[in-house]
Amino acid sequence: MNRHTVITHFILIVGALFMTLPVWVAFMTSTHAPETIMRDGLQFWPGGHFLETYNEVLFEQGGVMKKVTALGMMKNSLILGIGFSVGKVIISMFAAYAIVYFRFRMANFLFWIIFMTLLLPLEVRIIPSYKVVADLGLLDTHTGLIVPLIASATGTFFFRQFFRSVPDEILEAARLDGASTWSFFIDILVPLSKTMIAAILIIMFVVGWNQYLWPLIMTTKEENYTLVIGIKQIYQVLNEGGELPQFQKAFALTILATLPPVLVVLVFQKWFVKGLVESEK
Amino acid sequence: MAGVELKGVRKVYPNGAEAIRGVDMQIADGELVVFVGPSGCGKSTLLRMVAGLETITEGEISIGGRVINDVSPSDRDVAMVFQNYALYPHMTVRGNMSYGLKNRKIPKDKIRQIVEEAAKTLRIYDYLDRQPNELSGGQRQRVAMGRAIVRNPKVFLFDEPLSNLDAKLRVQMRIEIKRLQRRMNVTSIYVTHDQTEAMTLADRLAVINEGRVEQMGAPMELYSNPKTLFVASFIGAPQMNLIPVRFDGDALSDGVSRFPGFSDLPMDADLVLGVRPDILSITADGQLDMRVDLVEQHGGENLIYGTIVGSDEGAAHGLEICLKAGQKMLPDVEDTLQLGFDPTKAFVFRKDTGERLV
Repeated sequence: MNRHTVITHFILIVGALFMTLPVWVAFMTSTHAPETIMRDGLQFWPGGHFLETYNEVLFEQGGVMKKVTALGMMKNSLILGIGFSVGKVIISMFAAYAIVYFRFRMANFLFWIIFMTLLLPLEVRIIPSYKVVADLGLLDTHTGLIVPLIASATGTFFFRQFFRSVPDEILEAARLDGASTWSFFIDILVPLSKTMIAAILIIMFVVGWNQYLWPLIMTTKEENYTLVIGIKQIYQVLNEGGELPQFQKAFALTILATLPPVLVVLVFQKWFVKGLVESEK
Repeated sequence: MAGVELKGVRKVYPNGAEAIRGVDMQIADGELVVFVGPSGCGKSTLLRMVAGLETITEGEISIGGRVINDVSPSDRDVAMVFQNYALYPHMTVRGNMSYGLKNRKIPKDKIRQIVEEAAKTLRIYDYLDRQPNELSGGQRQRVAMGRAIVRNPKVFLFDEPLSNLDAKLRVQMRIEIKRLQRRMNVTSIYVTHDQTEAMTLADRLAVINEGRVEQMGAPMELYSNPKTLFVASFIGAPQMNLIPVRFDGDALSDGVSRFPGFSDLPMDADLVLGVRPDILSITADGQLDMRVDLVEQHGGENLIYGTIVGSDEGAAHGLEICLKAGQKMLPDVEDTLQLGFDPTKAFVFRKDTGERLV
């Protein structure tokens, strides 16, 4: 091993530790009793309360109103994550299809308008969006949670770039083969975009899963909380004082909240990388 | 009967560029016509207009007597083979060949039968369940052809189908295409920039230049009787030697040498003398002096390249010419050869209009 590889490995290991140690500490701390945490602070080695804490978090009604379990919140998060990512992929594929393959006035202009919305984070339009959803009577519903978020400039942009890289001859061959507008999309473009779809699904799932501000203002009933909000609620209880702070539960929820995205990425890793690096042509 | 007829066809792009400037042409049923020309001459555009992939600005195109200007590409009953094959990368060979039939709502077992039959003809039966990226270039080209023939179209359109193949395969596929076309007896239009391919494949050849048909006819007719300077220089390999000359009353002169044997030519115009490499010969009483700079040995014959030598003021001094000679003729570089030719086999063109005079 020469000096170069030693240095590279050193940097990689330090980087990996830097990323994973906090997660490790969070996980370990979550296995201790609240008293231990209060007395001794964060814990580096496993404690004896793993089953107890996780059982409590997952299955016992908690929260301010005592109406919500981590399992329930996880379900809400999953619905948000999946609805968000699938919706985004469908909408942005259609948008990109229209922009790339149909000649209509101001197509390019419209694309740039869509693209510019990338510059506007959700926070900028959160009040008007809230107003619209509220007026439609969609507060506290999954529809209201998902639909305002599914237009995706990023997705549209990625699919547009991908569609533009599909050779024109494929379209021409399909036209000569008698493919309709719809069948060209379904029979040719969608299968060709497989890896691209997978990559965007994964990214968007994680983004959707981690949504914080929007679900926070959209949901008022505890049974509609997502995991991320649940964590926040526990800390809120901490701030308000009274009981012994339940740090171990907050950490347990955090660990639970990271699991699905990690699983998704692990399972789809191959597709994900493939979609990002190669365009199968 | 499914001939193709083009009447006063023009193509003007929205930006004002004129790609096709009025083409009239009749292609008989079962005939293989090759469009040949340099890149950017409009030959592919013309083919794509027949296919329906480009709109027709003016004029009429009809297939089998039916005007198809406003008919969608899939209803024109044409099939096209693309230069880059344009196979659907995610479908198997079978899927690729079936797709057009599926869209035409042909029953599944019928599709299966047609596709397998075509695959046998093209010798790709064993690859039916492979994906295009598992095939070699030649096999992909066969699949592309298979996709065209299963539809049993009235017209085949080939858009430089062989230019992505290596030289040996190109010759092989060229022969196969010709055989296939003969056997199926389907009217075909074939676009290429390769004049050898054009000469060998075509029943008739259309030389296209700047959006116009310069000359159309049987390959040998175009070779031995070109109407314009462009056709003469484009058809034939190696290229015809073109020497700028003027007529002085009883002979052509390039400023270095005089070529007798010509008469009745305009004396006030710049002319071009066209001499094919194979009618040049080495003779003691030749009119041309050539300094050899390269000999290409092709096996059965040698191509000798060199420059015309003469006085430095002569217009033709330093002009590159080529001579086709037997395999025994192996001059050294820097040798000077005396060349002559039979004036009745040479061509004379006007330089300004390209029109042929002799």
